[in-house]
Amino acid sequence: MSGDTFFFYAFSALALLGGLGTVLLRNAVHCALALMTSLLGVAGLYLLQGAEFLFAVQIVLYIGGIMVLFLFVIMLVNLDQASKLQQFGRQTPIALVVALAAVAAIFSMLSKSAVLLPASVSLTPLTGGNTETVANVLFTDYLLPFELVSILLLVAVVGSVMMAGKRTE
Amino acid sequence: MITINHYMAVSAALLLIGTVGVMTRRNIVVILMSIELILNAVNVNLIAFSKYHNQVTGQVFAIFVIAVAVAEAAVGLGVLIAMFRNKGTVQADEVDLLKW
Amino acid sequence: MPANFMPSAAEYFRFAPEIILTIVGTLVMILEAMTGDRDKSSLGYVSLLGLAAAMAAAVAANNDPGLAFQSMIIVDGFATFFRVLVLGVGMLTILVSTNYLSEAKANSGDFYALILFSVVGQSLMACANELIMIFIGIEISSIASYILAGYLRDDRRNNESALKYFLMGSFATAFLLYGVAWIYGLTGSTNLGEIRTVLSHGTAPTAMVGISAALMLVGLAFKVSAAPFQVWAPDVYQGSSAPISAFMSAGPKAAAFAVMVRVFYTSFDSISNQWEPVFWIMSLATMVIGNFAALQQRNIKRMLAYSSIAHAGYVMVAVTSHSAVGTAAVMFYLASYCLMNIGAFAVVTWMARDGEKFVEVDDFSGLAQKQPFVTAILTVLILSLVGVPLTGGFFGKFLVFKAAIDSHLMWLAILGLLNSAVAAYYYLRVLVVMYFREPGASTVNLPPVAGTLRVAMLVTTLGTIALGIFPGLILGFATQSSTLGK
Repeated sequence: MSGDTFFFYAFSALALLGGLGTVLLRNAVHCALALMTSLLGVAGLYLLQGAEFLFAVQIVLYIGGIMVLFLFVIMLVNLDQASKLQQFGRQTPIALVVALAAVAAIFSMLSKSAVLLPASVSLTPLTGGNTETVANVLFTDYLLPFELVSILLLVAVVGSVMMAGKRTE
Repeated sequence: MITINHYMAVSAALLLIGTVGVMTRRNIVVILMSIELILNAVNVNLIAFSKYHNQVTGQVFAIFVIAVAVAEAAVGLGVLIAMFRNKGTVQADEVDLLKW
Repeated sequence: MPANFMPSAAEYFRFAPEIILTIVGTLVMILEAMTGDRDKSSLGYVSLLGLAAAMAAAVAANNDPGLAFQSMIIVDGFATFFRVLVLGVGMLTILVSTNYLSEAKANSGDFYALILFSVVGQSLMACANELIMIFIGIEISSIASYILAGYLRDDRRNNESALKYFLMGSFATAFLLYGVAWIYGLTGSTNLGEIRTVLSHGTAPTAMVGISAALMLVGLAFKVSAAPFQVWAPDVYQGSSAPISAFMSAGPKAAAFAVMVRVFYTSFDSISNQWEPVFWIMSLATMVIGNFAALQQRNIKRMLAYSSIAHAGYVMVAVTSHSAVGTAAVMFYLASYCLMNIGAFAVVTWMARDGEKFVEVDDFSGLAQKQPFVTAILTVLILSLVGVPLTGGFFGKFLVFKAAIDSHLMWLAILGLLNSAVAAYYYLRVLVVMYFREPGASTVNLPPVAGTLRVAMLVTTLGTIALGIFPGLILGFATQSSTLGK
């Protein structure tokens, strides 16, 4: 087993087991920790695919930022009591059956043919470091969406402050 | 040999886990986390496709997905806190003032 | 660094409406902080001016159609039509909400800024030529609407509405995103035109292209509230404030239909034999579910929600016909739908009053004796929703079913017509209650109709009548731009 293969299976296992933990664990804090594990595994997969910049973003922003936000809220709304309640809703059996069928369908599809995608279209090799290439594309071709994301974040900031902000009465 | 199919399988599995989480869990915070899982499944796909096509478009796309995930998490948790203050619950099926 | 990367003046010109809206939105938020405790209605007028300026810019941009910013956006007749439509929806929403917000003591610049930003997102959806742009447009529009749905945060119904809208909405967009990722993997591009070229070669496995298209359809069907992804709409429309329900039932829906038509007609044109049957079933299911569920509603907001689902079904019929006539029908129908639906919600806003106590159909009893002006307005709007001749609703339905018959969708057209007959029943019930019942507790002490609300009612009603008598007003433009600059 080569290094790449080993790391692929290791990171995938981390991502999937973490995901299962998120969905199955009872206590919300444990769920958040499991989700962090999963995100870490996904970050490892980025690294294997040569996306170093996204690897860093995933660790710093996702695990460092979003997850802390989740933990804050979990503390704030005090989920101790919630964890003693029944955790799964009424649709659980249906969801599980559908999920199992989907798993079977996907894996039978993936195991059949060698490569599912049509041959790659771009043949120009990428030059330079990953971060540099990403920055070049982001700030030329995708400049407009990049600017627009700032509107999105502005809306999110205004919205969450409005929703969760202190009441002035 | 690890091919693109393996990455697509991992991504599909993450999507399924997330979907099952959204559909079965009652705790809204956990539902939000499950949505984050789905967004990560999308990103695994994008990164693998990006490598496969030998471009960085997929990686740029993934950056946008992460930005949107941040925005959604912030707004979702904000809405959750507003509801928790008024109603004192974070269970999805106790949100029943309006018929589902 | 390529030298030609700097955008040209023409490109900024094509993007001017969004730039204007963003600037005005930010300005309104700054003014909000500066005006302190004073009445904020004036900020509503600032926003109205901004929307009007953006509309002028959108019309002007149509004189110089083309691509902009590395083919990220495309300005053509189709895009211009939907831009003007969503901007108009924004203006009407502000007119409907100012008085409502003042009464609820919740008038603030943030509200108007959120409306403006949401409209920016919808306007982007109308002119996006790229899957990434579509995705970001949808997200800006939806995140702003999630917050608007829960704007009165001390009201439990608002809380629930926002939460449901948010949870189901972000779940649906996650699926859309998964489909987009697969399309990128299959074609190596996110540009709609390039995707079309690659898919027409037929090298990509059809099954996978079909699955990706289906995943994208899940997200879009959610936004237009087409069956089986319509469950959220009644709850969310009922729980939100009436002006916001008006907004959500019009703007985001029209923009999502624009995206649906553009993506499926351009990019997925070569696999149309796969998606047409799916659309056929979905449009029928949407009409049937919307109309039959509306029959049983006592709450008028809920009834209008189901009726708006049914109207989405009619538009889906036009989309299914997959022709230039169908595209023109989609455009015309959505324009008249937005007018009559916002008008109807404007009346509901006025009737509901502070705290939304009067939102039952029976609360309209005897309105004809007490308030003839509003009664007349609502009568015209309801006749248009039914599809009576001389109203915009009639011509919309006429065009939709004509497009369906032209594309040999005879059964769909017949079933659709039967559906409109069912719809007549629940709409006319409102008229019966208004004209033939004695005034009840809700109609004794009616509030005056505020000036802005009166303007909104008049504009929507006159617009509906104008579209019914002179459909050529916009039909000519719609037909011209229905080829979608392929």
